[in-house]
Amino acid sequence: MSTQTHEDLYADGEDLGAPVFTSSGGDWDQIAADAATLGEERIVVNIRPQHPSTHGVLRLVLELDGETVREARTGIGYLHTGIEKNMEYRNWTQGTTFCTRMDYLTPIFNETAYCLAIEKLLGITDQIPQRASDIRVLMMELNRIGSHMICMGTGGMELGATTVMTIGFRERERVLRFFEAVTGLRMNHAYVRPGGVAQDVPSDALDRLEAELPDLRLGIRDLENLLLENPVFKGRTVDVGQLDLTGCMALGITGPILRSAGLPLDLRKLSPYCGYENYDFNVVTRESADAYGRACIRIEEMWESLKIVEQAMERLRASEGEPVMVADRKIAWPAQLSVGADGQGNSLDHIRNIMGESMEALIHHFKLVTEGFRVPPGQAYVAIESPKGELGVHAVSDGGTRPFRAHFRDPSFHNLQAASVLAEGGFVADVIVAVASIDPVMGGVDR
Amino acid sequence: MSDDAGPVHDADPVHDHHSTDDLPAERSADVARAEGDPVPVGHRKGMFGPSLGGDTSGYGGLERDILFPGASAPPYGGYFDDIADALSAATGTAYTEGVKVTIDRGEMTLHVDRDHLLTVVRALRDDPALRFELCAGSNGVHYPGQTGAELHCVYNFMSITHGGRRVRVEVSCSEEDPHIPSIVEVYPGNDWHEREAWDMFGIIFDGHPALTRILMPDDWPGHPQRKDYPLGGIPVEYKGATIPAPDTRRSYN
Repeated sequence: MSTQTHEDLYADGEDLGAPVFTSSGGDWDQIAADAATLGEERIVVNIRPQHPSTHGVLRLVLELDGETVREARTGIGYLHTGIEKNMEYRNWTQGTTFCTRMDYLTPIFNETAYCLAIEKLLGITDQIPQRASDIRVLMMELNRIGSHMICMGTGGMELGATTVMTIGFRERERVLRFFEAVTGLRMNHAYVRPGGVAQDVPSDALDRLEAELPDLRLGIRDLENLLLENPVFKGRTVDVGQLDLTGCMALGITGPILRSAGLPLDLRKLSPYCGYENYDFNVVTRESADAYGRACIRIEEMWESLKIVEQAMERLRASEGEPVMVADRKIAWPAQLSVGADGQGNSLDHIRNIMGESMEALIHHFKLVTEGFRVPPGQAYVAIESPKGELGVHAVSDGGTRPFRAHFRDPSFHNLQAASVLAEGGFVADVIVAVASIDPVMGGVDR
Repeated sequence: MSDDAGPVHDADPVHDHHSTDDLPAERSADVARAEGDPVPVGHRKGMFGPSLGGDTSGYGGLERDILFPGASAPPYGGYFDDIADALSAATGTAYTEGVKVTIDRGEMTLHVDRDHLLTVVRALRDDPALRFELCAGSNGVHYPGQTGAELHCVYNFMSITHGGRRVRVEVSCSEEDPHIPSIVEVYPGNDWHEREAWDMFGIIFDGHPALTRILMPDDWPGHPQRKDYPLGGIPVEYKGATIPAPDTRRSYN
């Protein structure tokens, strides 16, 4: 049942001078009837962070005039976990286990951006083995598909299209199965490490991925068929959440939102990293600058990512057996993992070596794992193209074994500023579509 | 304002300009931060081993400055010279008085005096030869060892017109007078980034339309990412052993 008071629930019961309704679900008719008796034209609706269609713990405060949104405000911070502060108390390598949890749908991107920043600080960017960069590219592009799948899936669910949601999660699971085979974990991998990647791709993983790809193609095709010419989907998304190029540039928006306004800005092309200049792919743009255009871009980007995945697999097959970690043993992580009968764990060969054969190897292992490597003082900024836009890492070192400061410029955080511009002037039902088309992930927004 | 700005950006006028005839060799020996010389931002004690408990390593008495790359002299190389020349032409005295250039690790940092921040930033956006359309946000860094310039705000800009050129602008202020002009009127997208820097570091951005906390609750005391703000970790007990909180574990720094 809804309740009606005159008290400000957020300021010690202070009298607001206006009625406040608190909904507990299933009581809309009563609230609407009560509100109608007040005869007020303008209503402020507070969609609290737990509401299922606010895309995570995002708070929306909407000032409504009938069905029209006059003002929209976003409240964030409900998922703030102080990751950046925590990283200052762990060594550089341990930071990967933290930053992978920021935007939990793009863990590989967070790790790669962070590691690229460390490598720039160390001055070893050009010493990263080619195979490690190719693995990073393969993992990032698969991750891009997974992230776009969730964006389309949850976006569809918020429109009431549950099949879109199940397809999105089902297809992402194919990506996650490969991630699990490679990193041991479905999410929160900490797989990309300063100097390379934690370990090589298992021998059978590429074959398993190749066997999975036709099904993944069918899944993307399913989404395409289900959405792009669907009159209901088009009715909900075409011309909704408009933000033209001028607006995008004024707000500094990047990613699919900017590309939906027609500007082919993609850091993989503009300032390539991890060897993206060697891959053949296109930057997808649309001119419509609306939620529909963004959906089209995301689906087409999945096809482009598949093109890159195939090229990366080819390169990885050709470079079988080459190192995946920088040659400098003062930086390269000494511990080796392997898959045993009881799952993934420390490599027995490595344990045998450090415990039974070489005292120096044990000391080296101990020093590097507990103390870590030192990074020369200075700062670096590295930006990569995450599925949501420019993901930047500003890393500062004081010459110690821990980050002095590691700041993540998360694209969701920045792009979410556009939520009020996208929503204001539209209908209240379109707010959800507009926010979903930004694809904000609160783990990345709040960090 | 010069009495509270930091040693990096606002040292004595001798090394505030960058003409080529102003090389380090011509400076007197007592200039601590001449061009090209590294800038101390803090102090480190010991070499390795725990910072808590007795000094068993024998290196505990070792003391060193934390040295950041110092100002560079032109030519800077690559497109950095184009940026410096265009910015100098567009801002005139603001550039000679308030901007120091550091080239490090292939990145260009403009240390800008806060008085000249808006002039510089506006030129970065509007000058046809600069055209840094995107401000990829800003973030704070706290250097408690840099007396008089403890708080820094770092902005990263990218130019789409000029093929992905990047430049970083760094501004500093002191803890006692933590004011930096807001650049939201030039780059509206920097709104939330400045709110975050206020929330986490307590930097007050003058002219910001609504400088309120963004990640922490509105009534939160303190600014959590300052170095003197504790991590607040609690020890965890596991199988009878107590694992100390990360901020009380021994530190190799």
